[in-house]
Amino acid sequence: MSVITLTIDGQAIAIEEGATLLEAAQEVGAAIPTLCHLKGLSPVGACRLCVVEVEGIPKLLPACVTAAAEGMVVHTNTDNLQDYRRTIVELFFAEGNHVCAVCVANNNCELQDAAISTGMTHVTYPYQYPQREVDVSHPQFGLDRNRCILCTRCVRACDELEGAHVWDIAYRGEHAKLIAGLDQPWGTVDACTSCGKCVDACPTGAIFRRGATVAEMERDRAKLEFLAQAREEQQWTR
Amino acid sequence: MDAVTQKVRLATVWLGGCSGCHMSFLDLDEWLFEVAKFADIVFSPVASDIKDYPENVDVCLVEGAVANEENLELLLKVRSRTRILASFGDCAVTANVPAMRNMLGTAEPVLRRCYLELSDGVSHKLPDEPGIVPPLLDRVLPVHEVVSVDLFIPGCPPSAPRIQAAIEPLLHGNTPLMEGREMIKFG
Repeated sequence: MSVITLTIDGQAIAIEEGATLLEAAQEVGAAIPTLCHLKGLSPVGACRLCVVEVEGIPKLLPACVTAAAEGMVVHTNTDNLQDYRRTIVELFFAEGNHVCAVCVANNNCELQDAAISTGMTHVTYPYQYPQREVDVSHPQFGLDRNRCILCTRCVRACDELEGAHVWDIAYRGEHAKLIAGLDQPWGTVDACTSCGKCVDACPTGAIFRRGATVAEMERDRAKLEFLAQAREEQQWTR
Repeated sequence: MDAVTQKVRLATVWLGGCSGCHMSFLDLDEWLFEVAKFADIVFSPVASDIKDYPENVDVCLVEGAVANEENLELLLKVRSRTRILASFGDCAVTANVPAMRNMLGTAEPVLRRCYLELSDGVSHKLPDEPGIVPPLLDRVLPVHEVVSVDLFIPGCPPSAPRIQAAIEPLLHGNTPLMEGREMIKFG
């Protein structure tokens, strides 16, 4: 395996070819915020929160799906980037119906954390208040699309880890929504094994355990990473 | 600043909210004596009997979203008479729970839902008392969508330590630093 060298925030780093900028940045301890990324799942670059500046390239690049290349000079935390990231988070809040005060994931939500880390004190865009459906047809779990940011973590966790592929994104633009099966009530989807991996993957309170109320959400994110690694390394105990 | 007492003229107002932010303000407990040392409270639902919002206010904490015509009228008056207007709590900052009715569209379907469809009583009618019950706005709005806002203090409610950290600098003519989980976490 060949090794490439690049510079991230002024630090020189050598890393295996094929690594992403996000992985390289983590090696040097540069904290790039992410939302759709989850270790153990394939990266998709859906949320754009991890955008970075690369000298000589006029546009911002998502670190999670950009391969590190020889000689790159990367900046991960400029004022410009922080502005873009805060804008992205504001747009998430304006686009959906995110009411932290009455959300199951309050205090344990990656969207809320992203708002804090990007310094969002208020949303400068007008709230859209879309009409979105809630699905509580599954006996154990619920889906509140008001809180969904379309990161597709659940889609990937169900497909790549569980192999059930219950979830998909249907429609486009502002009409895009998470669907179960063939756009049917979650509880009627035979493919669902009720494993709960989508619950552990969800960054917000969109997919939750029924019976949990405000700020009671708990997740086991490490389980997903463990499952992905277990297959690669053939180690089956945790 | 009051010309005679040299104190900051501080006000708090309560728009479309649950008063939880004002309860949290009272949770400042003994630190309220510090507030009294440096500020005159010139208008407040919890700390003053004055009924009309006065002129020349230095700092005003605005709790609640803009949900009805009375809220709107008071807010416009507050803005025109206040130097530093702070959105105080999640309802003021984001419109929060009061704005969940916006998903039903305008005010009319909300009133119909509450007073007709879900009513147990026999006298089914919509509230209509001109001059007494203020009509709802079609959309509940966060304060900054109506007037300019100088400071945002999120939280449902903002904790007493957060309120103290936000207003202590204001009492001494400084601007608070609003960043980090302790200061800007919503909910």
